[in-house]
Amino acid sequence: MIVLGIETSCDETAAAVVTDRREILGDVVLSQLTDHRPYGGVVPEIAARAHLDHLDGLIRRAMDEAGLGFDQLDGVAATGGPGLIGGVIVGVMTAKAIAAVRGLPFIAVNHLEGHALTARLTDPAPEGLSFPYLLLLVSGGHCQILAVEGVGRYRRLGTTIDDAVGEAFDKAAKLMGLGYPGGPLLERAAEGGDASRFDLPRPMKGRPGCDFSFSGLKTAVRNRLSELPPGPFDPIDIRDLAASFQAAVGDVMVDRCSRAMAQFRAEHPTGDTLVVAGGVAANKYLRARLTALADKQGFRFQAPPLRLCTDNAVMIAWAGLERLRLGDTDGLDFAPRPRWPLDPTARKPDGKGAKA
Amino acid sequence: MTPRIRHDLTIDLQDEAATADLASRLGRLLRAGDMVALRGDLGAGKTSLARALIQSLGDADEEVPSPTFTLVQTYETPAGPVWHFDLYRLGGPDEVIELGWDDARTDGIAVVEWPDRLGTLMPDERLDITLAFGPDPTARRATLTGFGAWAGRVESLEPK
Repeated sequence: MIVLGIETSCDETAAAVVTDRREILGDVVLSQLTDHRPYGGVVPEIAARAHLDHLDGLIRRAMDEAGLGFDQLDGVAATGGPGLIGGVIVGVMTAKAIAAVRGLPFIAVNHLEGHALTARLTDPAPEGLSFPYLLLLVSGGHCQILAVEGVGRYRRLGTTIDDAVGEAFDKAAKLMGLGYPGGPLLERAAEGGDASRFDLPRPMKGRPGCDFSFSGLKTAVRNRLSELPPGPFDPIDIRDLAASFQAAVGDVMVDRCSRAMAQFRAEHPTGDTLVVAGGVAANKYLRARLTALADKQGFRFQAPPLRLCTDNAVMIAWAGLERLRLGDTDGLDFAPRPRWPLDPTARKPDGKGAKA
Repeated sequence: MTPRIRHDLTIDLQDEAATADLASRLGRLLRAGDMVALRGDLGAGKTSLARALIQSLGDADEEVPSPTFTLVQTYETPAGPVWHFDLYRLGGPDEVIELGWDDARTDGIAVVEWPDRLGTLMPDERLDITLAFGPDPTARRATLTGFGAWAGRVESLEPK
């Protein structure tokens, strides 16, 4: 079984081809091809027009990489939301057109479902990763803990009530004058720093439930910086503050995840894998803290390769394939959904917004 | 009374509860077509104020995540749809249009962080709220500036 996937829901235009033998035959992401994007990546490629300009060529390229014609596909999947509506429409319309012309099934994939199922494509174990498993999705835009119980069956155990963790890194790095993207720069700045020197809060730590909050931590960083001597920041101060910040985030992640693990175990005694997905999984310090936690709790730690943790079309093709082999496809009347929670039954988070 | 095009009002906010109180008093004034611009440095509390405002207009337990990465989040409330924008990552006005700006302005309430990216789209008629840090970590000072009809409307937000 072979599926083409299309992703246009936010900054990236991407196309990919995957098989049910867990092979990635083609994988093209526009931003990885062009070197003329403005420095910093701050400006997103949000224009529907831009997706429209590039998508045809990217699909052709992905199909060429795979060495396949459209008649060899078994289905076409596109991100149907959540995301910016203009971009989602471009991807969905393109996928529908290919499906209609070639008489193929069309699958509208929830972008978050793509992130949730990627580990089943990339798990190194020969038999792959079976349900249920616990997923920590941590990126610039997402910060959620989900029990992944099956295709289409996701239960949200926790979410951020304000900023996502990657966003907290970006904003803290900006306050420290480290630049963009903040995650890797802050991680580098923290090397060898004294993580106990600055007193920073551990928002939500010890609280019931598994929700996150990072806005107050960002403000605390700003307050610590304002207490430093006037003038340019001393690199030693920044090093120690970056280390203190990372330690605070690590403590919060470990606290929230250990609660989620206990809850997950109680409900799913057979589940034994913690999957960490999202760009934040690249942070070596946080990865080490989470790996140690998983070891201690008897969980297997798994993280998809980084290029499949950021937005891509492989995950959309794969989620589409998972749905297709269960016979769960969408009609050509599917309407894009700018808001599309993965777990519509999720209760509201416990807090009502953090200090900022 | 001579019509004024601009009115400034400064309110000291001791803590987050004071911010929430200002937000709910502001919420009662809002109607479709209004725009509130939120200004201030990182960590000044723009999103916190927006969150309190959106929660006061609709469900007090509504999730109001930061819109920094999604660029815009929309909420259905009894006062009308609220569009919460964060324009920080945008390059300019043509990208704002991509986010549904015209729809937001037609029948919605627009709450906009980093409003300078609006450029020529900046409405003449609007409420600006600038948040600055106060003397202690939880304190903030809000400066409210009403433009156009907001010059009069903002006066009712004067603390009693």
